[in-house]
Amino acid sequence: MNEKPEKLIDKKGLRLDGRKPDELRPLKMEVGVISNANGSAYIEWGKNKIIAAVYGPREVHPKHLALQDRTVLKCRYHMASFSVQERKSPAPSRREIELSKVIRESLEPAIFMEYYPRTMIDVTIEVLQADGGTRCAGITAAALALADSGIPMRDLVAACAAGKIDNTVVLDLFDTEDKAGSADVPVAMMPNLNAVTLLQMDGILTHEEFEKAVNMAMAGCKTVYAIQKEALKTKYVTTKGEEESKEEEAEE
Amino acid sequence: MSIITKIKRKQIEQLLEKDTRLDGRGLLEHREMKLEQGLIERAEGSARVLLGKTEVVVGIKVEMGKPFSDTPNEGVLTVNAELVPFASPDYEPGPPDENSIELARVVDRGIRESKMIDTEKLVIEPGKNVFIVFVDVYVLNYDGNLIDASALAAVAALSNTKMSKYEIEEGEVKIRSGYEQLPLKKHPITVTCAKIGNKLIVDPWVEEERVADARISFAIDEDDNICAIQKGGRGYFEPSQVFEAAKIAKEKAKELRKKLNW
Amino acid sequence: MPILLEKRQVVAPGDLIAEGDYIAGDNTYKEQEKIYASRVGILEYETKRVDVVALKSFYIPRMEDIVIGTITEVGFNGWMVDINSPYPALLRASDVLSRPFKPQKDDLPQVLDAGDLVVAKIASYDRTHDPQLTVAEPGLGKVTRGQILKVTPTKIPRIIGRKGSMISAIKQETGCNIILGVNGVVLITGKTLEDEQLAMKAILKIEAESHTTGLTDRITQMLKEENTKKGGKTE
Repeated sequence: MNEKPEKLIDKKGLRLDGRKPDELRPLKMEVGVISNANGSAYIEWGKNKIIAAVYGPREVHPKHLALQDRTVLKCRYHMASFSVQERKSPAPSRREIELSKVIRESLEPAIFMEYYPRTMIDVTIEVLQADGGTRCAGITAAALALADSGIPMRDLVAACAAGKIDNTVVLDLFDTEDKAGSADVPVAMMPNLNAVTLLQMDGILTHEEFEKAVNMAMAGCKTVYAIQKEALKTKYVTTKGEEESKEEEAEE
Repeated sequence: MSIITKIKRKQIEQLLEKDTRLDGRGLLEHREMKLEQGLIERAEGSARVLLGKTEVVVGIKVEMGKPFSDTPNEGVLTVNAELVPFASPDYEPGPPDENSIELARVVDRGIRESKMIDTEKLVIEPGKNVFIVFVDVYVLNYDGNLIDASALAAVAALSNTKMSKYEIEEGEVKIRSGYEQLPLKKHPITVTCAKIGNKLIVDPWVEEERVADARISFAIDEDDNICAIQKGGRGYFEPSQVFEAAKIAKEKAKELRKKLNW
Repeated sequence: MPILLEKRQVVAPGDLIAEGDYIAGDNTYKEQEKIYASRVGILEYETKRVDVVALKSFYIPRMEDIVIGTITEVGFNGWMVDINSPYPALLRASDVLSRPFKPQKDDLPQVLDAGDLVVAKIASYDRTHDPQLTVAEPGLGKVTRGQILKVTPTKIPRIIGRKGSMISAIKQETGCNIILGVNGVVLITGKTLEDEQLAMKAILKIEAESHTTGLTDRITQMLKEENTKKGGKTE
């Protein structure tokens, strides 16, 4: 059994993992990792390791679930049994069912649902290793997977959480901080459209702390967004760069 | 959106521009609320809420059992919600779906995070025996805003919950006659705002819920702290609307608290 | 009011491309005088219109499109066809037989069976029902020989090339007959398997490098080199 740490922020204002209050954990993103899927992405966010994949738009099964005026978006958030300290049963927990719903609702505003009536888009998020903030990392990866699949989108959806530990509002809690802290506020948004698509909180915050946390989380989202864009454009840039330098050599 | 909803939405939007709603309410006005406690004698606590025509009954059962391994010195709270099939033409019997699970977890969050129940006082024998509080939410009629109605009924039911008195005699727990009130510290109140276009409305009615872009719920305690937030629905909020909704929730919670005397 | 990004710049969904009086072309959308990209791709523009050439997309049927499909199911009075689209297509027996279908006499699997390839035209399609195909025109019908290859539909114009220069080069160097379905399915029929595979290799290379310049020359060069190698082997 883990002991609850006494202090989450030290005298120098640094957290247990050495971060400052407004610092994000290291992030890595890669697109196109599951060859069978129409679109996919892998994200490493701190110790979180998560894969998201998209199939669709495709025929709706069972047929009676099809909508005549829009596509049906399905989303499954699931944690692998080995992703957490104590083995978790593979059966979907109530938490996973709630998260699947709110994650679906965080992605839907970004998709042009009316473009493809009578079709279905399946988004699957599998958490291979969890260390706090998995829903934000999952949404971030899922948005990349959707863009990678060629499904038209209004904007990417970037997500990031803020919270409160030891009386300080901080950005991006990892698992120990989440468990020992007093509030966690995950936020997802479409940054270019200034639209908040996910917002939850559990814990206890004054009104001012809440506003501070949301603003901090939104700033975090914008940083995440920039990394998402890089991950999508990287494929192009490498090949383009190679070819251009070959041409330059040929010209000499 | 189906064609029928498009027409409805236009109608509702036009009314909102004139600061009124289909049922004549102001944008920030709650529907008529009725609260009744103690209606289910077999339960340790109960309450019935009518919010407009939305009807929710919550029954509390208190039993003895093992605590969770990571909190040996605390009692247990567990919340479940059932969307009874006759509550809406769209409801079907079956295991809890995502809507009833979300409802249960949001109601749970407000109660748990506000530390409404003094769970340390629910310990009978540390690590071995504690009181388990079962909060069961039954939605009997769905006419909009299940979250607020259910949260209200749950808090009201907990407020009139009695636990058996007991004694530990020769290492065994023996029930004695008489009851104790469930030890409570706070009374959180949940307020939900729905967004239609650029307008925010409080306590959405079912027709408004169907056309709304999204909804956001805030659970607020007597010190004006926020203990739970849940955005739902397939649309989005602008950041300014999020902050506006939080302010509205704070004000409405205060109003309700006065009315209910909590 | 300007176009905010450079031509041939890589864009992603949500990137603001232009503000003001422009036309939102392919893979873009307009909201309150602002034009945003809706897919990952390369920005192109011509005077007043902005387009994004998408890196990846999928085929949505349009009337009159020539597509290549695979029969997936023999039904009551026709066949279900996979046209590489979210929507399955329907080919009626009466269309293939050019006369009314007689269930007692006509044995549909004999005419077309699951797994067969067809070149067809989209005869009808709208948002409320699945596309219907026709093969009742010259050049359309069952495919008996050749290989098919699937590419993302947005690359088809690049495979054709300016005034058909790219596809002509491939046809010339490999001696293959190539039909490009608008739905991203390519049918290659050559004299030998090696010729067909060489054509496939060229097309896949175009798909991977479609956003680069000087591609036609590089492809032609690659094909010539492969042919010389082959020539060396047979000697």
